[in-house]
Amino acid sequence: MSDRMILTIDGVKIEAKPGQTILQAADDGGIYIPRLCAHKELEPFGACRVCTVMVNGRPQAACTTPAANAIIVENETEPLREIRRALVEMLFVEGNHYCMYCERSGGCELQAMAYRLGIQAPRFPYQFPKRDMDASHPDILLERNRCILCGRCVRASRDLDGKHVFQFTGRGARKTIWVNAEAKLADTKLKLADKAVEICPVGAILKKGTGYRVPIGQRAFDHKPIGSDIEEKRAPAQSL
Amino acid sequence: MIELARDVRDTCRTYGNDRTRLLDIVRVVQSRYGCVSSQAIDLAANALKIHRVEVESVVSFYSFLSVRPKGTIVIRLCNDVVDEMFGAEKVARAFSEELGIPFGGTTPDGKISLEYTACIGMSDQAPAALVNDVVVTYLSSDRAREVVRILRETGDPRRLVHRLGDGNNAHPLVRSMIHNNIRKAGPVVLAPMDPGAALRKALAMSPVEVIRDLKTSRLRGRGGAGFPAGMKWEFTRNANGDSKCIICNADEGEPGTFKDRVILTEFSDLMFEGMTIAGYAIGADLGILYLRGEYAYLRALLEQVLQSRRSQNLLGKNILGKSGVHFDIRIQMGAGAYICGEETALISSCEGLRGDPKNRPPFPAEKGYLGMPTCVNNVETLCCVARILDNGAGWFAQIGSKGSAGTKLLSVSGDCSSPGVYEVPFGLKLRNLLEMVGGEDALAVQMGGASGRMVSRADFERIICFDDLATGGSVMVFGPQRHVPWIASKFLDFFVEESCGYCTPCRVGSVLLKQKLEDIIHGRGQAGDLEYLEQLGALMKTTSRCGLGQTAPVPVLSSIQAFRPTYEALLLKKAEEPFLASFDIQAALRESQQLTGRASTVFAA
Repeated sequence: MSDRMILTIDGVKIEAKPGQTILQAADDGGIYIPRLCAHKELEPFGACRVCTVMVNGRPQAACTTPAANAIIVENETEPLREIRRALVEMLFVEGNHYCMYCERSGGCELQAMAYRLGIQAPRFPYQFPKRDMDASHPDILLERNRCILCGRCVRASRDLDGKHVFQFTGRGARKTIWVNAEAKLADTKLKLADKAVEICPVGAILKKGTGYRVPIGQRAFDHKPIGSDIEEKRAPAQSL
Repeated sequence: MIELARDVRDTCRTYGNDRTRLLDIVRVVQSRYGCVSSQAIDLAANALKIHRVEVESVVSFYSFLSVRPKGTIVIRLCNDVVDEMFGAEKVARAFSEELGIPFGGTTPDGKISLEYTACIGMSDQAPAALVNDVVVTYLSSDRAREVVRILRETGDPRRLVHRLGDGNNAHPLVRSMIHNNIRKAGPVVLAPMDPGAALRKALAMSPVEVIRDLKTSRLRGRGGAGFPAGMKWEFTRNANGDSKCIICNADEGEPGTFKDRVILTEFSDLMFEGMTIAGYAIGADLGILYLRGEYAYLRALLEQVLQSRRSQNLLGKNILGKSGVHFDIRIQMGAGAYICGEETALISSCEGLRGDPKNRPPFPAEKGYLGMPTCVNNVETLCCVARILDNGAGWFAQIGSKGSAGTKLLSVSGDCSSPGVYEVPFGLKLRNLLEMVGGEDALAVQMGGASGRMVSRADFERIICFDDLATGGSVMVFGPQRHVPWIASKFLDFFVEESCGYCTPCRVGSVLLKQKLEDIIHGRGQAGDLEYLEQLGALMKTTSRCGLGQTAPVPVLSSIQAFRPTYEALLLKKAEEPFLASFDIQAALRESQQLTGRASTVFAA
């Protein structure tokens, strides 16, 4: 018996390596499954749920579900796109996201996801939460209004930087990104070169003094939708 | 400060400077100092060699822990739906007036804090409150004022117990005013037992034979999900691991359930016996009883029962003389978090972490507590285990209905003449239960607590069992005078408060559901709003990471299903209302009008 793991995503057969999640296998196979909290350098987290796919007819988060032989995965279906739109809209209304003047505009994964999914305006009412900004650090801004609680900085600081600068406090709607100090980011060991800084998908952790450096037209998602880098890897022969 | 430093260091040392015991450590600090202050967080982090934000993260998660100072006495009034039906609001006003502080506040002398809390497991004697660890039941406004007077005079919550309850509630180690309210005892759980009898029979068999017996009995988990217990044990037994763990889930947090409270009070020997049998069968030498913070008043009694079992060699090394069979149980206290009833969140909590559920796979049976293969069973399930081993699998399997063997403990509360605990065989019609409890004129029944379904009279002929009307035990009866949308909104309040916030659909969705339902209740609902609720609810069911978010929309969705005309009657007809009714222009203008000092000339109030 062969030990190879072959799964089918939207009719395309791809091979998975042992230990891979569905999302990782799809990435390698050139199939993009939308995601916000997942990141290739980080442990799977399963928080945003944008990567929800149907696995043999059951909804699962592709980022935390192990790939398995012969499973049938649905990804780019209209019901799933609708689910993802709703989840991304939830993230928009939950925080205070003003794309028009945010420095991350054009490079922001939340914004790019909204464009990719075709969101024009959220169906849910804006919550306009009052959240604190932390500008204490000389080089880095922590703007909690834009945080989507994806936990990337938490994992990156802990696992890649070995520092544990970030962690969540509170629960439910009061859940907040917090820092390893009594109150201020300036009192942590966070450095500009830390992975935790650049890995933020939105404009919640920003480098100071470099705002709007990339001109419009040259920003990450100005010409191609998010996920294009993965989809370009797909060999034409593989498609059915 | 020096005292605090020494105290925190000593406390950490008591727990072996083990970061996985963080929850125990911060509970001790909280109880001594009324908070886990920033200094205490630093001290604990240093002693445990972890980062302060990890400690803060845990402290901020549990509602019984606080970074900011609270009074040495904290009054936590339960504002669960049943408590509110029986006057919790009046009681709240009395507390607030008598103390001169709002909810969430602390008296100026720093002595007494006043808070709301979710269901404390006393719905059969509502309204109820926790005053530190002391439970005060059957509150009224007069009684609330008296409570404040006594606390002011004596500073001692124990003085609030003016009469003792029945059974072990009057035990010197408990001394509580709680009543068991056992209305109907059955043969499986609420029956006398001889400690050690079932265990002796189990030890005479091989572990595999014990599991086989359990499978033959067709026992399914009593916590709500109904997973076959024998299969769960087998998975855990067959998983690779040098040490294994059995956890008893006594985090009875589902609103309206209190049957585990009664087991813990009167039948804990049976439960511990079931745990010990489980330990033997799956090959675990460690057992943990996860006891919800609200039931802290039972801890001393439970410790004594454990001690007595140790002295009878029913726990410890070479149990009942059988060489190589070692098993002991420790009690892990919770600290106010409903989510910890979810088995992977419960494991996180036992590990001294935030009560966040874990990603599955791996499942606890493969990798659970501290990475050990772990089996988590409900209190009632483990009681059934002990009885099955004592009386036989066949005896058990013939009780109940076809797909649901045995009996079920039901916690009945609300609009009925005899609220309390009923042990009934599976297969009982809801109508017959309502007759039994004196709730025949019910308008609606909530089966399974906040995460359960609301059913109307049309469903009263349905059968209580896993395959029809399933319930973890909570049965709330609502009389004809009750307002269904209000009930649903109370359950949503609960989920907004208790969501761990890990995943988007549960964290945001429960708030959005609640807002729309409030609009509808307050006459701001429009055509399409019920569909909005249904779509949002479906999204939460499909995409939430754990059972909490998946079931949070169930009460509102099932109540819409059962009482659609009630909801529709509340909606404005679009033709009558040209503007978006949920948008309040005056409220939106209020701040700018205050700032400018004049009213809008266009949108006059």
